[in-house]
Amino acid sequence: MTTTAAARATSLATSASPIPVLEARGLVKRYGHVTALDGADFLLLPGEILAVIGDNGAGKSTLIKALSGAVIPDAGEILLDGKLVHFQSPLDARRQGIETVYQDLAVAPAMNIAENLFLGRELRRAGPLGSVLGMLDKRRMLSEATSHMQSLKIGIRSMKQAVETLSGGQRQGVAVARSAAFARHVVIMDEPTAALGVKEGNMVLELIRRVRDRGLPVILVSHNMPHVFEVADRIHIARLGKRSCVVNPKGISMSETVAVMTGARRPEDLPPEALA
Amino acid sequence: MASSSSTSSTVVGTAIPAPRIIDRLPPIGTLGPLVALAVACAFFASQTSRFLAGQNFSLILQQVMVVGVVAIGQTLVILTAGIDLSCGMLMALGSIVMTKFATDLGLDPYLAIGCGLLSSTAFGYLNGALITFVKLPPFIVTLGTLNIAFAVTQIYSQSQTVSDLPDPLLFFGRTFRVGETEVTYGTVLMLALYAVGWFVLRETAVGRHVYALGNNAEATRLMGIPTQRMLRGIYTVAGLLYGIAGLLIVARTGVGDPQAGQTDNLDSITAVVLGGTSLFGGRGAILGTLVGALIVGVFRNGLTLMGVASVYQILITGILVILAVATDQLSRRRG
Repeated sequence: MTTTAAARATSLATSASPIPVLEARGLVKRYGHVTALDGADFLLLPGEILAVIGDNGAGKSTLIKALSGAVIPDAGEILLDGKLVHFQSPLDARRQGIETVYQDLAVAPAMNIAENLFLGRELRRAGPLGSVLGMLDKRRMLSEATSHMQSLKIGIRSMKQAVETLSGGQRQGVAVARSAAFARHVVIMDEPTAALGVKEGNMVLELIRRVRDRGLPVILVSHNMPHVFEVADRIHIARLGKRSCVVNPKGISMSETVAVMTGARRPEDLPPEALA
Repeated sequence: MASSSSTSSTVVGTAIPAPRIIDRLPPIGTLGPLVALAVACAFFASQTSRFLAGQNFSLILQQVMVVGVVAIGQTLVILTAGIDLSCGMLMALGSIVMTKFATDLGLDPYLAIGCGLLSSTAFGYLNGALITFVKLPPFIVTLGTLNIAFAVTQIYSQSQTVSDLPDPLLFFGRTFRVGETEVTYGTVLMLALYAVGWFVLRETAVGRHVYALGNNAEATRLMGIPTQRMLRGIYTVAGLLYGIAGLLIVARTGVGDPQAGQTDNLDSITAVVLGGTSLFGGRGAILGTLVGALIVGVFRNGLTLMGVASVYQILITGILVILAVATDQLSRRRG
């Protein structure tokens, strides 16, 4: 079971015509005389969890911002399902099926779970009540929220609970569930476990696997190496505004990965089984 | 512990106990104001026989209708975690514009009313534009427009009351009979506006976005909701509501009074707070504001009937506000 995703990823990478879900080539982004991205490449395959790691200033967060539409690169191209895209805003990226979960728990605390899940995408009633008066279909949103949360096995009984009454992990669960519900192509998770305790962090990791197992590829940005090694199918190492290499967590140790990340070890010197 | 880790592989998150009956009841924030209103009514009914009469309730509604309509706009603004200090002055400006246009300029009364509403609405938009484009805090912006609107009103009216108004301007002060009781059209308009506000906030996506905006503006923006445009819209609609309140005060007093509205900002905030809406935004209900306005109205009316001097009425209003917020805070901390 553990090998399937990695094997699929490898076979896709080596087979003749793999269509990556999301690809970036030669991304450049400069802020004044600081070059945040210096020709960075990126490749996300169908159905995988790709971790993105990198030291501070490696260009990791700028890369993710470019992929989620929050930053417009100065040069380079981004391809979604093999087609060239130009995201103008996070909303633009979201409309094209890329959902981002932010680390600061982007939920409305006093609103309930169903309201949060459908925030900005509320369902209206059928007929003139919905189209003319704009009435919400609260019942349908509640039942869809319930079944969606159940399918991700998030154990919350009532969708009418205010989000502020949930634990940090459960809140992150709501944010992840919202993204998983609406993403058509990719879910990007920016440090989803950073604000959480050990148990809650594990909960969210489990949830990330479930999202992947439902067929949505996940980009996981994290500083937490044990978390990265626990769930990632491949690990993208960002360094000096470029992609240093992509490693296979099954074939490399955590300390070697960190050595590559910090520049203590060159990716060319890694054994072939370490690379993905 | 060991068993819980084995379950965590199938179910994410610790299960939450089924809601108890006490959790199903509305929180104190929503129920409290209604209870307070009922207690106040019961108290005054026991103190004076004149309180519990249809005509007296109609009078309370009439006394409440102007600040009640202003408070709808104030509620919308406060739900977004803002505040509007200019409301009373925008109301006075609107009422002066409509009465002067109808008399001095001899404009068609309906057109004059439209111009009055438009002037309040324009000032409301100005509030929203300064808050969203220039990124100034609502408190400062509306403190500024409060003074500007006041000065414009005084200059334009030369601080003179406008009288001899044509009929359409007085319509909402007229009454119709329900059984023995005379009801003004203005109170009907106020209740209708509350119904519309309730519907929009409870039943539509825009209403949910207002709450979300007050809860977590950044999260709301990230969900693709145009928060800045919404804020401008809310301050503009609030301006329109202050204009309608201006029409009501003209109808109620029969004149255009440039000195009107000087306490309506604090009075409307009082109604909002008594109604259980949080000044920090994102929590509360529009009907709570109606109840809050009625609490103030009932106390003023009841104390007057008991022959208590008006200074004491103000004293009691002050105590009520502090009590309301204190209860609300305590109930939240407990929960």
